[in-house]
Amino acid sequence: MASSSRISDLTDTELAARLRSPAGLRIRLGSFVAGIRSDIRPVARGISALYADFPLAGHDEFCDFPVELSGSGGIRRVIRPQAIFRFEGMQPFKPLPGEQAFAMLEWGLNWVFTNHAQHSLIIHAAVLERDGAGLIMAAPPGSGKSTLCAGLALRGWRLLSDELAMVGLDDGLLTPLPRPISLKNQSIDLVRKLSPDAVIGPIAYDTAKGTVAHMRPPRASLNEALLKVQPRWILFPKFGIDSPCEIEATGKAQTFMQLVNNSFNYPRLGTTGFEAMGRLVDACDGYTARYGSLDQIVPELESICSRSS
Amino acid sequence: MSRKTDTHLARALANPDFIADFDSVDWEALIGQARTSDLLGQLAERLLAAGHMEQVPAAVRFHLDAALRLAALHKASLLNELAVIGAALQDLGQSVLLLKGAAYAATGLLAGRSRIFNDIDLMVAKSVINQAEGGLFRRGWLPTHLNAYDQRYYREWMHELPPVEHRTRGTVIDLHHTIVPPTSGHVPDAARLIADARPVHVPYCPDLFRVLTPVDMVMHSACHLFFGELQKGLRDLYDQHCLLSEFAAADGFWEALLPRARQHQLEYPVLLAIHFSQRVFGTDIPDAVRDESTRRLSSRWTGRLTDHLIDASMYPLHPSSDSSWRRARRQILYARSHWLRMPLHQLLPHLAYKAFVHSDEQAG
Repeated sequence: MASSSRISDLTDTELAARLRSPAGLRIRLGSFVAGIRSDIRPVARGISALYADFPLAGHDEFCDFPVELSGSGGIRRVIRPQAIFRFEGMQPFKPLPGEQAFAMLEWGLNWVFTNHAQHSLIIHAAVLERDGAGLIMAAPPGSGKSTLCAGLALRGWRLLSDELAMVGLDDGLLTPLPRPISLKNQSIDLVRKLSPDAVIGPIAYDTAKGTVAHMRPPRASLNEALLKVQPRWILFPKFGIDSPCEIEATGKAQTFMQLVNNSFNYPRLGTTGFEAMGRLVDACDGYTARYGSLDQIVPELESICSRSS
Repeated sequence: MSRKTDTHLARALANPDFIADFDSVDWEALIGQARTSDLLGQLAERLLAAGHMEQVPAAVRFHLDAALRLAALHKASLLNELAVIGAALQDLGQSVLLLKGAAYAATGLLAGRSRIFNDIDLMVAKSVINQAEGGLFRRGWLPTHLNAYDQRYYREWMHELPPVEHRTRGTVIDLHHTIVPPTSGHVPDAARLIADARPVHVPYCPDLFRVLTPVDMVMHSACHLFFGELQKGLRDLYDQHCLLSEFAAADGFWEALLPRARQHQLEYPVLLAIHFSQRVFGTDIPDAVRDESTRRLSSRWTGRLTDHLIDASMYPLHPSSDSSWRRARRQILYARSHWLRMPLHQLLPHLAYKAFVHSDEQAG
C-alpha cells in the first residue's frame, strides 16, 4: 500500500488519457475505488491540483462507484457549455454551467456516498481526529463548519471528512472518507492566508452556493484513510461576524435532536438509527460554540479536546 | 455496450452459477446493471439462496449486503405504513387489496424478497374509493396533483386516483379501483377480482388486507408490465419469473392461467409475460402453455415488431448493456404505452394539453 503510486506520479497527459479511457481514472477514496471519466479540462485540472496525493487503484480491482462528467453535445458544446454528472450512466441532477464542472464532481461524489453508505448513520458534519479521538462538527450550511474544519486540518488534526460523518451501525466508529474540503465565498481567501501549505483548486463563481473552491486534504490524512476512529466530541458551531467566542456544554437530549436534524438517513434507519444515535451521543461530550474568528475558537477547542481525552 | 457483458444481470438472476469465473469487469457490469434496474436486492437474495455469497469478492459483497440492509428497512417501513393505513381504512367495512410490491412483500413471496418499491398500491371497490381516500386524508396523506385537469384525468379515465403522499413521512399511495385503465378498452371484472382475493396477515391489521389470487396476481403484474412504459422492464419481468416459478407448484395454476386471463380480457399481456419470462430468465413453463402462447402471439400481425421493440426494454439502462438503437426502441415503447392507454380521440387532446397548457401553468 505504501509503495502504491499516486495521482501526482502521472503526467498531465497520462492523467487526461486515463480520464478519457473507458475504465476511467481509478482512484482510492477511503476504502472505496471510484472510476472517474471526464473529457472536460477543468475536471482534469481540479483533480491534478486537489487529488495529487490520492492513491491510484489497480485496473484489475473492482470499481465501487463509476462516475462521469461530460459536456453536453451539439450547439451547447460552443455556446454556454454545460457539465453533466452521471453515475452508472444515470443522471441524478440537472446539468450545470461548464465552469462548475469540478464542483459538480465533488457534489456528485457526495451524493454517491450518502446514497450507498447503508452500513452507517450519516450526519452532515465535518469530522476530524486528534490523539485517536474523533470530533464531529455538525451544522447546517453557512455555519462556518468547513472553514473551521480547514483551519484545524492545517494545524495537524487528521481530516476524516468535511461533509459526511459516517457512524458505523455495527461498531459505532467513524469511517474516514478524506476528500477535498469545500470552501465558500470569503472563506476561500481566509483559508489561503492561514497557511502557505493550503492548496486551493479551481474557483467556480455564481454556483447555487455562491463562489466555491476546494482545499487539498493533508497528505497525512490520506495515509490513515482506512483507520476508523472512536467519536469523542460533538460540536455545533455557529459563526457570526464579530461574535464573541462562547462555548458551552450541550445536554444529551439536545445533542441527540440536533444531530437528528443534521442527519441524512436517520428516519430511514428506524430503530437501528435511534440506537446508533443514542450510542453516539452517549460516547461523546456535546458543545455549542459561537465565534467570530478562527483565532478565538481554535485554541479553545484544542484545550477542550486535550483536557477531556 | 459490450456483447460480452450485456446480459450479465438476467443470466445471473436466472442461474447464479453464472458468476463462477467472474473478473472485476464482469462484476462491475453486473452490479451496475442491477443498480440501474433496481434489482440489486433481488440479485443479493438470489446469490444468498444459491449459497454463492462466499465466492463473491469482499468489495462486491459490501454492496450486496448494503442492498439487503436497505431492503430490510424498506420492509419494516412497509409494515409500519400498513398498520397506519389499516387504521385509516378500518371503517370501510370492506376488504382492501394490496397490489404489486406491497402484496409480494406482505405475502412473503419470492418476488417480494428484498424488492424495493416506491409506492404502496391498494385496491378497493369503486363504490367506496372516495370514502377510502377520505380515510387516508384524515391520517395525513395529501393529494399530489392539485391541478384540476390532472384530477379529472385520474378520476374519470384512469384505474386509480391521483397518488396521495404523506405530509411528514412522504409515503406515496396509489388507490386503485381496477387493474387497467378503463379507457384502454380492456375491461376486467373488478368485482370478481376483489371477491376472489385471499386474506393476507399483516401485523396489527386483522381481517382487512387481501391479495389477488395467484392467477390474478400474474395477470395484473403482466398488465402493469406490458401495458406500461416498460421503463423498468427487466425488474418487472423478474417479478413475473418469480411469480410463475413459485406458483407453478400450486394445483391447477397453469390450467387456469390463460382461460382466466381471457375471461378478464387480459390474455395478451399474459402471453407476452410467459414468452419473455421464458426467453430472458428461462422460466420453467409447461410445454402445452408455452406452445399455446407462441401460437397465439405469432398469429398477431404486429407480433414480430412488438417482440423486437419489447426486447430492447429487457436490457438494463447501463453503459455495459445500453445502445442507441435500444434507447430508440424504448422511446417507441413509451409512445406505445400511451397509445394503449386510451383511444386517439382522448389521447390527442390529452397530449396537446400536457404539451401546451400544462407547461404554461408550470412556468407561471
